[in-house]
Amino acid sequence: MTPDSAQSPKGRRGTRVSKSTNPWKSSNHNSNSAKKSENRWSQLFISPFFVMFIIFGFLPIAYSVYLAFFRWEPLDSSQNFVGLENFRNLWNDPIFWQSTRNTFSIWFFSTIPQMALALGLASILRNPRLRFRLLWQTIFLVPNITSVVAVAVVFGQLFGRDYGLINYVLQFFGVGNIDWQEQTLASHVAIATMITWRWVGYNSLIFLASMNAIPNDLYESASLDGANRMQQFRYVTLPQLRNTITFMLIVGTIGGLQVFAEPATFGGNLSGGSAGQFSTLTLYLFRNVQEYTAYGYAAAIGIGITVIVLIISAINFALTRRIASEDAKK
Amino acid sequence: MSSPELAIDGTAVVARKVKKNKASRHKKMSPMSYVFLAIVAFASFFPFYWMFVVASSTSDVIAQSPPSVVPGDNFWNEVKAVFEVVPFGRNMLNTLIVCLSVAAAQVFFSSIAGFAFAKLQFRGKKALILFIIGTMMLPSQLGLVPMFLLLSKLNWIDELKALIVPALVTAFGVFWMRQVIDAQIPNELLEAASIDGASIPRIYRSMIVPAILPSAFVLGLFSFLASWNDYLMPLLVLQSPEKFTLQVAISQLNTKAYGMDYNIVMAGSFMATAPLLILFVFVGRRLVTGVMDGAVKG
Repeated sequence: MTPDSAQSPKGRRGTRVSKSTNPWKSSNHNSNSAKKSENRWSQLFISPFFVMFIIFGFLPIAYSVYLAFFRWEPLDSSQNFVGLENFRNLWNDPIFWQSTRNTFSIWFFSTIPQMALALGLASILRNPRLRFRLLWQTIFLVPNITSVVAVAVVFGQLFGRDYGLINYVLQFFGVGNIDWQEQTLASHVAIATMITWRWVGYNSLIFLASMNAIPNDLYESASLDGANRMQQFRYVTLPQLRNTITFMLIVGTIGGLQVFAEPATFGGNLSGGSAGQFSTLTLYLFRNVQEYTAYGYAAAIGIGITVIVLIISAINFALTRRIASEDAKK
Repeated sequence: MSSPELAIDGTAVVARKVKKNKASRHKKMSPMSYVFLAIVAFASFFPFYWMFVVASSTSDVIAQSPPSVVPGDNFWNEVKAVFEVVPFGRNMLNTLIVCLSVAAAQVFFSSIAGFAFAKLQFRGKKALILFIIGTMMLPSQLGLVPMFLLLSKLNWIDELKALIVPALVTAFGVFWMRQVIDAQIPNELLEAASIDGASIPRIYRSMIVPAILPSAFVLGLFSFLASWNDYLMPLLVLQSPEKFTLQVAISQLNTKAYGMDYNIVMAGSFMATAPLLILFVFVGRRLVTGVMDGAVKG
């Protein structure tokens, strides 16, 4: 793989569900029996996914919805139908809401710097005059491939209150010892830093791929109109990246709502800090399964998380559609 | 991955033209850009270096101010200590078993399904692929509790197959392979083969597989890395230290050594990360192109 091929604008082929390609079999060779055999083989080829999805995807989800209406006592394995009680408790559960707030706060502190840094990196990486492009790209991908738990362990140490390197460096800027574990905001920043560190390089590659797919004439006509580099970025690059940014926001939100390994390792247990100051939704769900064995309640938390994901995705879609139609008006 | 494609439809020529245009548009690289890249590169590597620094020092060195930033000579002692606290060799083996099985299965099942979705005609195709994409939006925690109950019913708790079987084929893999096969295999080729009377499995074996090997390798890498780094599921289903994967083993070290000895935790983390770094030296470039090829564009 040469840098050239990595850079070539193959974007035409897109990665949105491409239109079903024209059938490659000419009709006169496509007898009835051949059609049947094609149908049969197709079904065979796609069946593993659907069988596995039904067993390990659909059934658990359906059962989860069912379970959420029961109080489950694992010791005598009796189940009592309690109707909406789990959901009522969830609604009135301060730890659930605290975990929701924490999750969003961590998501915010990781998403914004991530997007900004990744965009900056990508616009440097796409300059054809850049030397060692593939080497830079490869280095930036390193954080993404490494063990989440190991990373959280290192960052936990770097963010240590007394002997942490970060506090040591910060003191030169007149910042006193920050207790990254105990202070709510600081703990969110610490966890968000781990996530940002992990994903910036990866996201910059995604942005780079999309930037390479932007037709060059757009830039040419923009510069004919007298747009400088910044204006080109604002009025050509950003609008062209809209779909990519939406996609990354949705994926990032789903990922962000699942943040688990970082807070679990940072605190060393499932409680998310001494006062739950960095407990996240998934951490709280997991704690209900393992520590409290409150299966019905945990299922209700899972449904709560899904509802949040759906709401966010809907808002995302609505926003982008609105921006798109406003752009069209101009 | 891209070269056969370029050769087929002559994109190479277009690519070169576009490149030239771009070069004239961008005047030059400013030194600040290189500084920025260098800072990010440094930040990307520093935690690994730091892991080794702490892993190779004694705890009093770490606690001093200013902290030492060069490796000490205590690394092998810490490694020995890791092996005393957790069955690290066994944990490494478990991880390899899970990762390799999952990667191989995902490549196979995704490529046959991807082939069907990209090139075969069958009823309900469009609806089914949209359904598969839709399933990617579901957060995995939704089914976590019943999944645990299901695995207990199957008596798979504390068994590696509880990690392998549910991960044999994923929506991401199927979708990815569909995109790859759609883009890389020209219809004319398949048409010729089917006129020659080749059966569908035969076409898969002798035409699809050789053409998609590089992409299949990238998908295999993605799944390998994902299951290497998976933490939630192993933590949920594994109970005895000999069954742990590396991630759970490190977190055990972290809990056990909490407040007393960071060095041993770091040594364990370093040993769990080093294989990935070594692997990355060989496959990093491929992963870069793989990530970019899979990107949603436009």
